[in-house]
Amino acid sequence: MSLRNVIAPFSAWARAFQKPFTVPQDSTHRPGAERYRGWHINDTEKCIGCGTCADICQNEAIDMVPVDEPTKGDSGLRPKVDYGRCCWCALCVDVCPSASLGMSSEYVWVDKDPDVFRYIPGVDKKDWDGDERGWRKDAGYDLIDHERVPMPMLEPEEERVKTWAEVVLGYNEEQARKEAARCVECGLCIAACPAHMHIPDYIAAIRDGDYERAVQQIYDNNPLPEMCGKVCTRRCEGVCAVGVNGDPLAIRWLKRFATEQFSDFDQVLSRDVPQIGAGRKVAVIGGGPGGLTAAFYLAVRGFQVTVFEALPQVGGATFFGIPKYRFPLPSLEKQVKLLTDRGVKILTNHKVEGDEFKRIQQEFDAVYIGTGLLKPSALRAPGEDLPGVMHAIDMLIDHHLGKKVDVGESVVVVGGGNVAIDAARISRRLGAEVTIAYRRRLVDMPADDEEIEDAQAEGVKLITQNIPLRVEQTPEGKLDFVWGPAEMVASEDGGRPRPKLIEGVENHLIVDRVIVAIGQKPDLTWLPDDVAEGVSNKWGYIDCDENGMTHVEGIFAGGDLVNDTADAISAIADGLKAVEGISRYLGVDAKVRRV
Amino acid sequence: MSLFEIENPGFDILEDPQDGPNPREVQLWFGPQHPGITGNMSVQVWLEGDTIKRGITHVGYLHRGFEKLMERRKYIQSFPIVCRMCVAEPDTTEYLLAASLEELSGLDAEVPEKAQWIRTLVMEMSRLQAQLMVFGGQAGTMGLGTAPNWTYTLRDFLLDSFEELTGGRVYHMYITYGGVRRDLPQGFALRLEKTLDAIEERLPYLDDLILDSEVFRTRARGVGVLPREWAEEIGITGPPLRAMGIARDTRRDFPYLKYPELDFKVCTATGSDIYARTLVRRMEIQESIGMIRQILQKMPHEGPYCAKLPNMLHWTIPAGYTYVRAEASRGEMGFVMVTDGSDKIRRVHLRGPSYTNAVTVLERMLPGTNIADLSALMVSLQTCPPEIER
Repeated sequence: MSLRNVIAPFSAWARAFQKPFTVPQDSTHRPGAERYRGWHINDTEKCIGCGTCADICQNEAIDMVPVDEPTKGDSGLRPKVDYGRCCWCALCVDVCPSASLGMSSEYVWVDKDPDVFRYIPGVDKKDWDGDERGWRKDAGYDLIDHERVPMPMLEPEEERVKTWAEVVLGYNEEQARKEAARCVECGLCIAACPAHMHIPDYIAAIRDGDYERAVQQIYDNNPLPEMCGKVCTRRCEGVCAVGVNGDPLAIRWLKRFATEQFSDFDQVLSRDVPQIGAGRKVAVIGGGPGGLTAAFYLAVRGFQVTVFEALPQVGGATFFGIPKYRFPLPSLEKQVKLLTDRGVKILTNHKVEGDEFKRIQQEFDAVYIGTGLLKPSALRAPGEDLPGVMHAIDMLIDHHLGKKVDVGESVVVVGGGNVAIDAARISRRLGAEVTIAYRRRLVDMPADDEEIEDAQAEGVKLITQNIPLRVEQTPEGKLDFVWGPAEMVASEDGGRPRPKLIEGVENHLIVDRVIVAIGQKPDLTWLPDDVAEGVSNKWGYIDCDENGMTHVEGIFAGGDLVNDTADAISAIADGLKAVEGISRYLGVDAKVRRV
Repeated sequence: MSLFEIENPGFDILEDPQDGPNPREVQLWFGPQHPGITGNMSVQVWLEGDTIKRGITHVGYLHRGFEKLMERRKYIQSFPIVCRMCVAEPDTTEYLLAASLEELSGLDAEVPEKAQWIRTLVMEMSRLQAQLMVFGGQAGTMGLGTAPNWTYTLRDFLLDSFEELTGGRVYHMYITYGGVRRDLPQGFALRLEKTLDAIEERLPYLDDLILDSEVFRTRARGVGVLPREWAEEIGITGPPLRAMGIARDTRRDFPYLKYPELDFKVCTATGSDIYARTLVRRMEIQESIGMIRQILQKMPHEGPYCAKLPNMLHWTIPAGYTYVRAEASRGEMGFVMVTDGSDKIRRVHLRGPSYTNAVTVLERMLPGTNIADLSALMVSLQTCPPEIER
């Protein structure tokens, strides 16, 4: 024993005269660190209610509870956190696709009621809601993959206009499974899809490599999946949670991949559906997506279905409207083959006219009308009757029926929808210099963004915010397309801004052809007058009830004639509605499964 | 005949056993609720006077089955669980989970350089704060109450750094697949340096209180001596092994992270008693401080801190088997990891030093130990019950 060792510990007494390290809690509340993981906060405006936070929470501390009506891209649900379970790991924050969820730096909260420790951040107001400090999502760390697997395209871009080959080449298996693994299975896409396809389910099947299951899921509510896989307007991708801060899932391309795995769907799909419709006959007038959908699912249920189609090929606008470099004919034929395999009788080149409708009404138990919009809207500018001014829809039909279409060397396409883009890209392939003239801004264009990009890549020029003034014939035999610039003004009725002509300025564009693609209108002149009057409203469109039935009993309708969205998937949704409606109308169980 | 025997014919009456419980022996439950016990476990001892004749350890008071829980969760969901396998030093298990799954998935090739440095930094900070806790705690078991108060204060300085870096003080949940979860905050290195200075400045005072204290020396020297032969037989690692004079350290012998690029010595002592183990810890505190300073100097300041991750909700890892190890403050920790190609762990097993030290070694050490030294013995073996009950 040394004396030093006996005395040494007493040196601690020196500390008694120094300032203590400890601080009293009641007078000094130290805020949490800059990235402290404290009580949750949520920016409910940014939150889309996808529920990914609840999925990743390993403690199951998060419940998604309804706080609002669902809207497009927002489930109306918001996370409710149970602090009896939460372990403050902040995985919910790091996974949040919309980056709305965060954690405050606040860590003290005392209450004698244990139930208050379950609250909906952002909805139930708390003192720390505006806290700038605390754990937030960081750009360098993400638990979901925001980068889409690039789609292989026909290269080089300038060569595309020289061929009618498909521009989009499709994913291979590895690419598709990698892309499918990006899904967070929130289901916002299901709500956005007019046909409410089982999107997360078939993506999961693709991820698992079970392509049969994927096709079965797809066929449950879409009999034209290859068409949708190539050209769908994909509202689903617009609301995709992964796309809020990155690229949305390539839902369309994944559907395309699944359908491309089979040369024939007959073996993949069951034939074992209860034949509830046996002995009943249904006529489908117009073989577009809506009509074919109704025909397919009715035939699967045992109804005897006949499709009347005026053109030599069914498919409607997907046949005559969509260019073959986007949707080749064999893809369409593959899907139509399944329809005929399942017993749908298709009469092509058969335009229903005159008394025939009455005869059909007598012969069949129910009629479905899906003839679409074929009457082009007028430009309402002087000179639109001049030779060389043509309507896009006529040009597209002529082109697809193999007739020669002369677009000359230069073309201006008036309009900004998908039809305008199709007309422009076809004209480009026919060898013309193409300019698209659109009234509003680029962001307002109703055409698909990718389509616009592809068109530009192919050399299509774009002028926006212009109003066509007139078309004149030049002495050289060309057309002078005269337009005035427009400014965007707020709409009186609160709608999207509309273009207003700036007076006094005239621009000239000398071209060989003017193609008008500013929309189409319904044409019901083929129906007997009393029926046409019975089914149509004052704008000439058809109104339907929740069963898809018009005001005339036994007549159902769908597609562009009925809905104002005018795309194939909405027509398919109408067809599905009519399948249930017709089954119910004919007194059989409408809830029986479809495939 | 008694009334009972008349009423219950044929009922055997037991005679008092000839050799019953030793009347000189007292049975005592030490824990699970006892300030002298480390964590939630208990030791059942039979005493004769002050001396323990025999004893058995009991664990299971906080059994949460971490390993089983992880088999039912996706990989990313297992990540918040592992830190709870050792409360005092959560970063080692976080690193082991990340390293084992990165190895099996092939993600290890993509972990950025900076992330490896930050991981090394966090591992060493974690060792340092755990050593500080035990260093003072060791004196606490001998009634020297000031020492643990001081070391816990120093540890709290480090926890402030952890809070700033990881967002949490005790459970950091920071080292994860592909790297770490956040970059170093602006000016962090400077503040950490100051913290290290503050700790280093006060270490001599702690020496006066602990290692130089006659009370501590008397009670720690020659107490709890582990025979050298046990080292290999039981598989003792960490400070108890190095206190036998055997220089073994996973960081040097099985290099991982950025340890090969650091200059450090493996601290050893002789005597294999409580004093020697405390001395090793005291030297390791100094080494850790030095290593953290080296890391702060050598680590790159630019670059990503985490690899680009796939969608972690559907992350699948090919079938495989691996064992990864790291040096915790208590000794070698390792993860046996088995995956089967699905999105969940097939089997994971934690090999930690606490099972060896707190069950096998302790039970062998109990006979002959003075009851007053039991706490000191347990702390010197640095027991961590959650790690046993994984």
